[in-house]
Amino acid sequence: MQFGIFTVSDITQDPTTGRTPTEAERIKATVAIAKHAEEVGLDVFALGEHHNPPFWSSSPTTTLAYIAGQTTTLQLSTATTLITTNDPVKIAEDYAMLQHVSDGRADLMLGRGNTGPVYPWFGKDIRQGLPLAVENYELLHRLWREDVVDWSGKFRTPLQGFTSTPRPLDGVPPFVWHGSIRTPEVAEQAAFYGDGFFANHIFWPASHTQRMIALYRQRFEHHGHGTAAQAIVGLGGQVFMRRNSQDAVRDFRPYFDNAPVYGHGPSLEEFTQQTPLTVGSPQEVIDKTLGFRDYVGDYQRQLFLIDHAGLPLQTVLEQLDLLGEVVAVLREEFEKGRPAEVPDAPTHAALVRAKYGTEAPRQATPNANRGDNLTVGSPYQDTATVDAPANPAGSAFGPAAIRQGATR
Amino acid sequence: MTAKKIIVVSAGLSTPSSTRQLADRLAADAVSVLAEHGTQVEVQTFELRELAHDITNHLLLGFAPPKLETALDAIASADGLIAVTPIFTTSYAGLFKSFVDVIDPQALTDLPVLLGATGGTPRHSLAIDYAMRPLFTYLHAIPVTTGVFAATGDWGGAEGDGVRSLPDRIYRGAKEFAELVERTDRSQLVNDPFQLDRPMGHLIGGLAGE
Repeated sequence: MQFGIFTVSDITQDPTTGRTPTEAERIKATVAIAKHAEEVGLDVFALGEHHNPPFWSSSPTTTLAYIAGQTTTLQLSTATTLITTNDPVKIAEDYAMLQHVSDGRADLMLGRGNTGPVYPWFGKDIRQGLPLAVENYELLHRLWREDVVDWSGKFRTPLQGFTSTPRPLDGVPPFVWHGSIRTPEVAEQAAFYGDGFFANHIFWPASHTQRMIALYRQRFEHHGHGTAAQAIVGLGGQVFMRRNSQDAVRDFRPYFDNAPVYGHGPSLEEFTQQTPLTVGSPQEVIDKTLGFRDYVGDYQRQLFLIDHAGLPLQTVLEQLDLLGEVVAVLREEFEKGRPAEVPDAPTHAALVRAKYGTEAPRQATPNANRGDNLTVGSPYQDTATVDAPANPAGSAFGPAAIRQGATR
Repeated sequence: MTAKKIIVVSAGLSTPSSTRQLADRLAADAVSVLAEHGTQVEVQTFELRELAHDITNHLLLGFAPPKLETALDAIASADGLIAVTPIFTTSYAGLFKSFVDVIDPQALTDLPVLLGATGGTPRHSLAIDYAMRPLFTYLHAIPVTTGVFAATGDWGGAEGDGVRSLPDRIYRGAKEFAELVERTDRSQLVNDPFQLDRPMGHLIGGLAGE
């Protein structure tokens, strides 16, 4: 099981001091947080994507690539990558790049976003949110699995003989999680492809999460990827800890009361009762987190939100120290009674093993002197040349012209 | 035969309130009309005053605290809704609209609704038709043609405004409402927001449906 943190990249005033960090400070602070996450023994750092202030993370792969260069074991992910408004071609390229520079430590979580105007800013219609997510992901999925893609759809310009470069590291695409709070179609999408499903889980009651995960598991089995227990599940969580429970409540309350999402709404006590938020001692966090398993089953990835609402860097680093201790216990406890059939969290190494066994994985090497993918055979040396008639009737030419539909 | 489920929502702010009184009378007449036809009824009443904080929290957070969720679930699976609000500054009370705003937009489809409103003078009585009715037709509910407005003066003389007394109007609205409630089977239908309506084959198109 993997444990880590996720951040939304908000730049929020510290309500106890009235000070708001600059963008530059907050960006550097996030890098420091990611590095410290690795130091305290966490596995994953996931970064959100936003295109409006007061958020800074508009370009997640740039940030994650830098963090990759500063770390050695940390798995880098997103929370979330906007599958609706980003061009799937650019996602394919960016995250394959991230895979290469991070030596396979990259995956990503797709979501539809929560800021309405992002759609028109990027030339999209919010009413088409779900169809965009479906069509864009279908294309992204193919771009990582087929060297040459012919494609046409409703939402972007068609592709003829397009190759997304670089090819995924070792011929294995980055693992994809799909995130949604309460859209059953997204759970279905994750299940259909045999991808992971991540439940945000932090601002909503556990009953929502329970229903969505149950649906995803059932559909995962339906689509033939394994048993329901073998589906790949991730959960969010939100914690604030001090050694003593009372200190945690006292110190976190001003941040809670003014937080961008839930501030000025319910009381801290109501909110901790109704959602997975835990404010208390490390032991309380351990107990509450272990309880998640009771309603979603054994799962693969647990991410915590610890750095939002104006919490200063120093406090967040202290939280990480405590979280490191908590996670050491959680690792042991989650292992207990975990059925053998429940898979580990997907890593690049595991995906390579699953695809190639003991054989050497693919190393894509392009053919020389190619300005296009259309003239002859495959653009890569190792890919079987398509048996193309010299001039297939009624087509352009080359393999792109004669490909028979998509393979999945 | 299972009993019909009628939900009463009162947005009166004081306790006791004339809004609640109107709501209770509308419910009582509806129940007695249905009883005359041999139809059993369960009535559940929600005072929005008691849910006001929950409604605000739902607006801010996007999910319903437990007490509010009970009310929302009850409405989603009701056979009829009696909705009564005071008229403030030319329209329904803000609390009433906030409550309607947190109802799932699909949850009122085909729901028979009896509209009622209270106000200081009969001059506001058209607020039922220019404010409340479009709200419910937008949500594809079925408000009956008679809406019942009770001005302060209506609680006095039985003649009311001299045309039709308040009890007459209550009965007329309740009768129209009861007839629709009798015919619907909404409470027997499963209304599950987590249900998957469109499997992937349909979503993607071009793939074989399942």
